[in-house]
Amino acid sequence: MSALLEVKHLTVRFGGLCALNDLSLRAQPGEILGLIGPNGAGKTTFINAVTGAVKATGSVNFNGRSISGLQSFKIARLGLARTYQIVQPFPEMSALDNVAAGALFSGAAPSLVKAREQAEAALERVGLDREAHRFAEELTLAQRKRLEVAKGLASNPRMLLLDEVNAGLNAAEINEALQLIRSIATAGVAILLVEHLMRVVSGLCHRVVVLHHGRMIADGEPARVLADEAVIEAYLGRRYAERMTVAV
Amino acid sequence: MRQPWAVGFAAGAAALGAALALLYWGGTYELRLGTILAMYIALASGWNLIGGMAGYPSFATAAFFGLGAYAGALTQVKGVPMVFAWTFAAVVAGTVALAIGWIVLRLRGHYFAIASFAVVIVLREIATNWTDLTGGGMGVSLPMLQLSMLAQARLFFSAQAVLAALAVAICLFVAYSKLGFALGCIRQNESAAGMLGLDARRAKTAAFCISSAIMGAAGAIYASSIFYIDPSDVFDILLSIKPIIMTMLGGGGTVAGPILGAALFMILEQTVWANFLSVHAAILGALVVVIAMFLPRGLFGRRLRPRLA
Repeated sequence: MSALLEVKHLTVRFGGLCALNDLSLRAQPGEILGLIGPNGAGKTTFINAVTGAVKATGSVNFNGRSISGLQSFKIARLGLARTYQIVQPFPEMSALDNVAAGALFSGAAPSLVKAREQAEAALERVGLDREAHRFAEELTLAQRKRLEVAKGLASNPRMLLLDEVNAGLNAAEINEALQLIRSIATAGVAILLVEHLMRVVSGLCHRVVVLHHGRMIADGEPARVLADEAVIEAYLGRRYAERMTVAV
Repeated sequence: MRQPWAVGFAAGAAALGAALALLYWGGTYELRLGTILAMYIALASGWNLIGGMAGYPSFATAAFFGLGAYAGALTQVKGVPMVFAWTFAAVVAGTVALAIGWIVLRLRGHYFAIASFAVVIVLREIATNWTDLTGGGMGVSLPMLQLSMLAQARLFFSAQAVLAALAVAICLFVAYSKLGFALGCIRQNESAAGMLGLDARRAKTAAFCISSAIMGAAGAIYASSIFYIDPSDVFDILLSIKPIIMTMLGGGGTVAGPILGAALFMILEQTVWANFLSVHAAILGALVVVIAMFLPRGLFGRRLRPRLA
């Protein structure tokens, strides 16, 4: 099966800093791919590079065509949606219209009326249907995180890049989020999950990629990757590894 | 406002009634005031498309007003009938705005404001120095009309009033269209809108183009009505600043805001400034500061911005 997203030798430099160094990876439809690593490892930079928000060298193919160097809005229209770690709502618009923007601009909905219909469905899916008519700036952080996911969902994506959508959520909310992400992937959407919560990573991801200083230091099944010496050294820490061993 | 459409319809009917009453009973002086008010409404509504709805603080109003004035005046001198000259001016202003907008709308915030300001200066310099075409600093004299003063006042009032109505109608249409929705997203978070698939530059350029066409038409009608234009008159930077104050006073991004703002500004201009001519500019400056600091959403706040959907 040919990959939905195929990244080869992706490199991003900010002046002297190499934020992302020769990264290659593939993602299949329906696959949940975890992207982990310490702060500053290049996880968000990877998302920015793939979606055209920052300039990168190397090649990115999506759904059979090259998207390297394409403008962000064109990439979005091809079905590659993202959320932001720091939420980016349209504050003076209702939650419904925020999501409708996702449906409308991506081309998933032909008109504003249709976009609002699709937005209602997306809001219901993330459990925000009761907040549909509130201004985005009135929502709590947890709700705004889900609003981001709904915006992405409403665009009918082939792949969703989720940048720490679970940070700041409580245990019950995380369980809901896990179910939601799993159901999205079951429908055939590929998901790339930037995550710090190991519970989410090990419970959800089919495959995990670990970044450190812009380089990939591990790639494989969660159980194997989380037990990897280099990963423990760079990111998880000894104490976490010991706890994991006890738990297993 | 619980029934914005009903209120809008009533206001529109009242405005039409007032305009007809002015045409029937008004003298030359009243008609001139009406003409200025209509022009202000057209300019403020035009600026609102780019400055209010898209949140791009353009100072280029004077540039397109002046460009329209020259385009209209020069074609009228060549013998083209007035209405066609005005239409031509709108097309010229819109086309030039398309080219300039495509470039300067890459910039955001203060950078865009400065660049748009520069457009005024550049066009004024061109008008001043391209003597063969524009007559340079000597200006252009337009053909006189074989009409009484009152008939002329009625004619030009009608023209600016129709333009104002058209500008408001365009704002209304845009506000409830896909373009208006996109402009609102651009104002609130342009990068995020792009990430959702919006071609922000295209939407901004469209708004800038429509906005400038309205300003160009206003300039052309103005030129016809005073029969003589020169660069310092029609490229006057005050023409850029006044519509901004009006729109901000009434509430940017709303359809009613620029109309109410223009009316309020007109009252201020006619009462306060007529009596304090020497400190005219100081009052203008103070007003800008007060609005920016205390009334970022205009005098009417959110009441003019109904929750959609």
